[in-house]
Amino acid sequence: MNRRVFMKSGAMALATMGLNPTFLRRTVFAQDLLKGAALNGNARGKVLIVLFQRGAADALNVVVPHGEKAYYQMRPAIAIPRPVAGAAQTAIDLDGFFGLHPALSPFKKLWDDGILATVHAVGSPSNTRSHFDAQDYMESGTPDNKGTRDGWLNRYLAVKGTCDECKLHDGTSAEKSPFRAVSMTPQTPRILEGGAPSVAMNSVDEFTIRTNGTQADRIEALYRTGNADVVHAAGGEMFEAMKMLKAANPQQYIPQNSADYPRSPFGQHLRQIAQLIKSDVGLEIAFADVGGWDTHVNQGGATGQLANRLDDFAKSIGALVQDLGDRMSDVTVLTMSEFGRTAHQNGNGGTDHGHATSMFVIGGDVKGKKVYGKWPGLEPEQLNEGRDLALTTDFRSVFSEVAFKHLGAAKMDAVFPGFNSDQSKWLGVL
Amino acid sequence: MRTHYVVAWLLGAAACGAQSTKPTSAALAPMASSASSAQSQELLPDEQVQQALNRLTFGARPGDAEKVRSMGVEKWIDLQLHPERIDDPKADQLLAQYSVFNMKTSDIVRDYNMVQQLQRQVKRTDAKDSTMNKVETRQELIAQNPQLAEAARKAQQLTGEVQSAKLARAVTSDRQLNEVMADFWENHFSVFAGKGQTRLFLAQYDHDVIRPNALGKFRDLLGAVAKSPAMLFFLDNWQSAADSTQPTLAVRGGGRDGRAGLRPGVIARRPGRGAIGGFGGGQQLPPAVRERLQNATPEERQEIMQRLQQQAKRGLNENYARELMELHTLGVDGGYTQKDVQEVARALTGWTFNRQTGEFFFNPAIHDAGEKTILGHKFPAGHGEEEGEQVLDLLARAPATAHFITTKLARHFVSDEPPKALVDRCANTFSKTDGDIRETVKCVVTSPEFFSRSAYRAKVKTPFELVASALRAVNAQPDTTPRTAQIVARLGQPIFGRQTPDGWPDRGDAWMNTGAILNRINFGLSLAAGQVPSAQMQNWTQYTSLSTQPREQQVDGVVKSMLGGQVSPETRQVLMSGENPMLSKPAANDVNGMAVIDDSASTMMGGRADRQKGKTEPGKGFPRGRGAQIPGFGRPVNLQGLPQVVGLALGAPEFQRR
Repeated sequence: MNRRVFMKSGAMALATMGLNPTFLRRTVFAQDLLKGAALNGNARGKVLIVLFQRGAADALNVVVPHGEKAYYQMRPAIAIPRPVAGAAQTAIDLDGFFGLHPALSPFKKLWDDGILATVHAVGSPSNTRSHFDAQDYMESGTPDNKGTRDGWLNRYLAVKGTCDECKLHDGTSAEKSPFRAVSMTPQTPRILEGGAPSVAMNSVDEFTIRTNGTQADRIEALYRTGNADVVHAAGGEMFEAMKMLKAANPQQYIPQNSADYPRSPFGQHLRQIAQLIKSDVGLEIAFADVGGWDTHVNQGGATGQLANRLDDFAKSIGALVQDLGDRMSDVTVLTMSEFGRTAHQNGNGGTDHGHATSMFVIGGDVKGKKVYGKWPGLEPEQLNEGRDLALTTDFRSVFSEVAFKHLGAAKMDAVFPGFNSDQSKWLGVL
Repeated sequence: MRTHYVVAWLLGAAACGAQSTKPTSAALAPMASSASSAQSQELLPDEQVQQALNRLTFGARPGDAEKVRSMGVEKWIDLQLHPERIDDPKADQLLAQYSVFNMKTSDIVRDYNMVQQLQRQVKRTDAKDSTMNKVETRQELIAQNPQLAEAARKAQQLTGEVQSAKLARAVTSDRQLNEVMADFWENHFSVFAGKGQTRLFLAQYDHDVIRPNALGKFRDLLGAVAKSPAMLFFLDNWQSAADSTQPTLAVRGGGRDGRAGLRPGVIARRPGRGAIGGFGGGQQLPPAVRERLQNATPEERQEIMQRLQQQAKRGLNENYARELMELHTLGVDGGYTQKDVQEVARALTGWTFNRQTGEFFFNPAIHDAGEKTILGHKFPAGHGEEEGEQVLDLLARAPATAHFITTKLARHFVSDEPPKALVDRCANTFSKTDGDIRETVKCVVTSPEFFSRSAYRAKVKTPFELVASALRAVNAQPDTTPRTAQIVARLGQPIFGRQTPDGWPDRGDAWMNTGAILNRINFGLSLAAGQVPSAQMQNWTQYTSLSTQPREQQVDGVVKSMLGGQVSPETRQVLMSGENPMLSKPAANDVNGMAVIDDSASTMMGGRADRQKGKTEPGKGFPRGRGAQIPGFGRPVNLQGLPQVVGLALGAPEFQRR
C-alpha cells in the first residue's frame, strides 16, 4: 500500500479522536501514538530543513530591537522605524521590544500561529570576521577548529540512526533512503561533507538519465549484472532512487494550500524540498543556501537591498510552510548566517562584518511566538569589541537542541565534539 | 520495492556469476590458468599494458597500448619516471595560450589591486550618486581606461584558467606520469581557490611549486610549498606572529627590522575597543598602515583591522603547523602532540610573503625567538628563518612521514587498501633515498603488488580522472575555455575547489554514491552526443572507419579503445543489443516490481522539458538557480549507432574504474 495513503489515514485517525495532530506532537501521548503507528509500519520521519544565508545577514535589521534607543542612534540612515500599527515600512512588532523587518511580513502569521521562534544574539564564539572561516565553523560545528573534516549534519547522519521506527512504503528503513539527506546545491555543502551519503542536486528534474527510455534501460542493465562491488552497488541504488522519484512524480507537482513560491532560485529550491517531503522518499535532512547578505554599501532600511533579500527569503519560507500544511508538525526549518554585522552603520550606508547574529526556528515542534536568548543590549559598553552585537548563545546550543529534540539524535558528543551539549545550555526553543 | 530488488540481485548473481573482468576475447583466454602462478605473472602481458596505462596516465589515448607494448612495459614506465626525457611540444604550446601562466605573480597582484580600487571607486560613486547604477559606473570607468579593462578581464578569469589548464594538460601532455604526480601533490598539498586571495597564487603554485618537484626530493617539495604564497595564505601562516608574551627577533636584535612589520607589543597595549572608531585616529599605527586604512574599502578595512586585532590578541596561528604535521608529513597518527603543533607554529612565525609581489620573505619582527622543543628536539632561543628549515628537515625525514607518504602513493597507484608489505618496502626506499619521490614511485609501480590480479582495475576514477580519461579515449583536443573543467566540478570535484586542506579522498567508496553515478552516466551520454567542448566524435581516430561497420565490430572497437579490451559478458551484451538478460524479460519486471522507464521519462528531464514546462505552466517552471553557472549536461540526447555504443561504454561500470 502507498505510504502516503497511510499518512492520510494516520492523520485522520488522530483527527477522529478529536485531537489536533500538531498539538498532539508536543504531548507525551503523541509519542506513544506514533510508536503505535510505527509498529504498523507507517510512521513518518522528522525532517530538518537547514537554510544558510551566506554573506552574514544584518541581524539587527532582521529582528529589530526597536525598544533600544542606541539602535536608532547608531543607524540614523538604515534603522527600521519603530512599529506603527497599520503603517507599512515600519517594524512589525513582536513583543513590544523586538520587531520583524517589514519585508518579513509572511513570518508574522507564523509567529501568531505559534510555530515561529527567533533566537537573537546567537552565533559562533570564534571572533573571526572572515566569511570563509565563519561559514566553515558553522558548518563543521566546531568553531576555531579547522581540523574538522566533516560537517555536523553529516556526523548526525552517521551516528544516529534517527529514524528507527521509520519505514518507507516498501518496508525498508528510511535511513537507507538515497534521499535521506538532500542538498539543493550544485555540490555537497561543507555541512554535509563526510562519510554518510547525501545527494546534492540543482533541481529534482535534473535527477534523471538524460536520454530516452530505451537507452536509460540499457544503462541500467549495465549496472544490474549481479556484481556487488561499489560501482555496481551505487549504480543499482541510483536507479532505485530515480524510480522512487519517478513514482512520486514530482514533475507534476502542484503546491497545496495556494502556496506561491517566488521564482527565485531560493524559492524554487524550497519548493523542491517540499516536493521531496511530500513524495515520501525518506527525506530527513534538507539543505539550501541563499547569498546576497554582505551589505557593506547601501543596504537600505525598510526598503532597498536588504529588504529585497528578506522579501525573497520570507516569501519562500512562507510558501514552504503553507504548502506543507499539516506536515509542518514533522518539519523544523532552521535558518542561519555566519555572523552578524556592525551595530553602527558605516560611511557607505551599509554595515561591516560583526559578531552575533539571529536565527529563525519554524515548525510544529517549535515553542513559537518568542524571541529566545539573553539580550546583551546595544549601549557602547555592551557591544562586542565596541562595535557589534555581543554573543550570548553559542550556535551549538540551538543546533544540538534541534538535533536532539526534533530528530532524536544520539551521541551528541560525536555530533558536536568539544561542546558539552547538556540540556541546561538549551534555550527550550523546542 | 527494495526487498524485491535484493531478490532479483541474488538471482542475478547466481545467473551471471560475480566476475566483472572475465575476459571475453579468445586472445585473453589463458588468464584463468595463470592466476595461480607468481604475482609478477598474475597479469597477462596485455593486462600489464592496461594496468600501466590506467595508473601512470589519465587513461589511454588511441594507439597508446600499442606504443607501450612495442616499447615494453618496463621500459615505458622508466621513461615516464623521467619526464625530462620526453619532448612535450603539445603541452608547451597549450600553456602559451593561458595568459595567467605567462604573467608574473606581481603583475597578477597588481591587476587585482587595480580592479579592487575600481570597485572602491564604484562603491563610492554609487554611495553618493544614486542616479547612476553600479554597472554603468563600472563600465564608464573601464571605458576610460583600457588597461583597467584588460586587468578586470584577467582578474575574473584567473581560477578558470588554472582549472582549464590543469585538465587540458592532463588530457594532452605526453609526460603523463608527471601530470598524475602533479595532480597527486596538488591534492596532498591541497589549497582552496575560493579562500580570499589564494587564487592569485594558483598558477605560480602549479607551475613553480608543485611541478618542478613532483618527482624530485620530498624535502624540496615540502620547502617550496611551505614558502608558497598559496599555502601561506590558505593556511594563514602569513599572518602568524609571535605571541605578545614572547620575545621577537627584532626586539632581541634591537629592532633591525627594515620591513613594514607591525610590532605586536605596540598594538597589544591598545585594547580592541571600537575597532574602526577606536583605531580610527591611528596615531600609534605605522604611517603605511594608516594610509592603507584611509584608502581601503569597508571590506579591506575590516580585513586590516581584523589582522591588527589578531596580532594584538593572539598572534600565533597554528593552522599551518597542524596541517603540516597531520596532512603533509607525519600523518594524523604520526606521534606528535598539541604541544608540538604550538611549538612548530612558533618556529614558523615570520614565514610570510610580500603582499605586492607574492614573494616569500622572513619577517624577524614577528618571529618568536624563544626556545622551543619539537618532537623531543631542542631548538635554542635566538634563531630565525633557519629554525623553520630545521623543522621541515626533521619532519621530512621522520619515519612516520616515509610511511604516511608511501601509503598515500600506494593507495593512489595500487589499491584503496594497499598491501602492508608493499608500503613497508617502499617506505624503506623513501627513507634510504632521503625522500626521493621518483625512487619511491618506481618501487610502487614496478612491484608485484602493482601487477597483481587484485590490483587490476581496483581503483575507482575520481571525477577529474573520469573526465580526463574520457577525453583521452576519444582523442579530444584540449579545451582552453573553462567549460570542460566545469564539468569536473559538476561531477563533484571542482579543481582547486576542495574547501578543507585534506584534499579529495582517494578511495572508491567516497566517489560512488547515488548522485555521483547519475552525473557520470549523463556525462558519458553528453560526450557521445558531441555536447562536450573539444570532444567531437570525429576526432576519434577510429570513428570514421567504425561508423560504417556492423554493430559487432563497433562494439569490439569501442571495447578495445575505451574499456581496455575487456568487459564483462553482461556489459558486452548490453552494448550489442541493449537488452538486459534479466530486465528484458517481462516476468523479471514483475518480480522486481519495477516499471521499465518508458519514453515519457523524457518529460522528466531538464533543458528542453524545463522550457516546455515554462510554456504550459507559466510561473511554475524550474529556473536553473545558482547551479546555472555550472553547466549541466546539455539537452537530453537520443543516440544512435556508434555514438550510442560510445555513450553506453562511457557510462558502463568498467569505465568508472582504472
